[in-house]
Amino acid sequence: MIRFEHVHKRLGGRVVLDDISFEIEAGETFVIVGASGAGKSVSLKHMVRLLTPDAGRVMVGDACVSQARGERLDHIRERFGFLFQSAALLQWLTVGDNVGLPLRMKTDLSDDEVDRQVRDRLAMVNLQDAFEKLPGELSGGMRKRVGLARAIITDPEIILYDEPTSGLDPVTSRTIDRLINRLRSELGVTSVVVTHDLHSALAIGSRIAMLHDGKMVEIATPDDFVRSRNEFIQGFLEAQYITTQGNWGQTPEAS
Amino acid sequence: MLLLFRNTGTAMCMLLEAFRDMPFMLSRRHRHDVLHQQFLTAIKSLGVITVVALFTGMILALQTGLELRRFGQEVYIGSAVTVVMLREMGPFMTALIIAASVGSAMAAQIGTMTVSEEIAALEVMAIKPVRYLVTPRLLAMIMMMPLVTIYTNIIGVVGGAVVGHTQLGVSITAYMDNATQFAENKDLYVGLLKSILFGIIIATVACHQGFATTQGAVGVGQATRRTVVVSFLVILTVGYMVTRLFYQ
Repeated sequence: MIRFEHVHKRLGGRVVLDDISFEIEAGETFVIVGASGAGKSVSLKHMVRLLTPDAGRVMVGDACVSQARGERLDHIRERFGFLFQSAALLQWLTVGDNVGLPLRMKTDLSDDEVDRQVRDRLAMVNLQDAFEKLPGELSGGMRKRVGLARAIITDPEIILYDEPTSGLDPVTSRTIDRLINRLRSELGVTSVVVTHDLHSALAIGSRIAMLHDGKMVEIATPDDFVRSRNEFIQGFLEAQYITTQGNWGQTPEAS
Repeated sequence: MLLLFRNTGTAMCMLLEAFRDMPFMLSRRHRHDVLHQQFLTAIKSLGVITVVALFTGMILALQTGLELRRFGQEVYIGSAVTVVMLREMGPFMTALIIAASVGSAMAAQIGTMTVSEEIAALEVMAIKPVRYLVTPRLLAMIMMMPLVTIYTNIIGVVGGAVVGHTQLGVSITAYMDNATQFAENKDLYVGLLKSILFGIIIATVACHQGFATTQGAVGVGQATRRTVVVSFLVILTVGYMVTRLFYQ
């Protein structure tokens, strides 16, 4: 569904993606993990051409997103929903207007129909009472859920999540994880999640990819990932108290 | 110098795209945005514009009137104030106020949107940021700047009349007779042309600086400051060129 072919990207004089190649299958939840600055968000932004590779290309289905422009690029982007790390809600619009924005701007649906769909999506993320609120009145977790409602309002084939649980408490993080799983099972979307929260990655991922210093060091299922002998992955797992015994998400003291 | 050319080029490309998207502003979904921007551009600025225009007219009348009184010609302050307001000070003072208040706010808003990934979010939703953000602001500027300039001219002329009457002993009737005798339609039209050009300059500079914002809150502050400085410089330059073109 999404294919990186020898993608190379340099930002601010530093190589961020170094000859990256991988493929994401339709319907899976593909999680990219790695330390801060490893190139996770950069790779996500290449999928919707917010960034363009210096070399190589990114394919979405049969379309090369790295070279698309104008309406062709719009058509590719319309296949995506994108949950930004900060949720990126327009601050002067209400929650209802934020979620309905893609429909109001890109379709001829009546206001009533847009409102109906917005309320439907807000109900999916358990925020049916937030319709009239402004983003500034919401907590971080609620903003993320509004961002998620906006990402799914156009029924996209692919949803990209940039650090969906960062800055959230563990309970809210798991709520977001459950939402991501629910969207995959109910809507059948392909999901790409960028995170450094391995508990989240193991809970939602079909496959997990580890980026380190711009290189893809491993792509594996959650079970294989925790058993990987790769030193960077081992270090990452240990830093989050995750062991191969299956007690993911528990600290050694708790276990 | 290379950076200056590059910035000018990208600002011009954005301006062309904004003009090309003008027909979309007739649609239901954009009309409200244009109306809102018109309100912000004109109505919200009327208070400060009234004060500045009044005192500009009063200062003009006082300075020219004191000199003219030495020759017993103080009645000519009517034409002096009116012609200067119509040709130069009306559009110029209006533009400076709008650049400092509305232009800086535009740059801050778009700059904040840029650094908080809201512009990126629009792009991913296949919503064109220029059509959604720049064109309504540009159209509002083009429509409202001439109206606000006419208002500035009227208040300035009234301010001159008040000073003429109270401090220089020129009756309101003599002031207005003198004003209408020397002021020409051309003065008004050239002034209004300038106001439209100044509106385009302010919207272009502000939106371009907003989109070019980097480095978080510090970047937003820098974009706001640059908007005011660059707008002032370009307004002065273009104002001189238009004057040179029509009054040789």
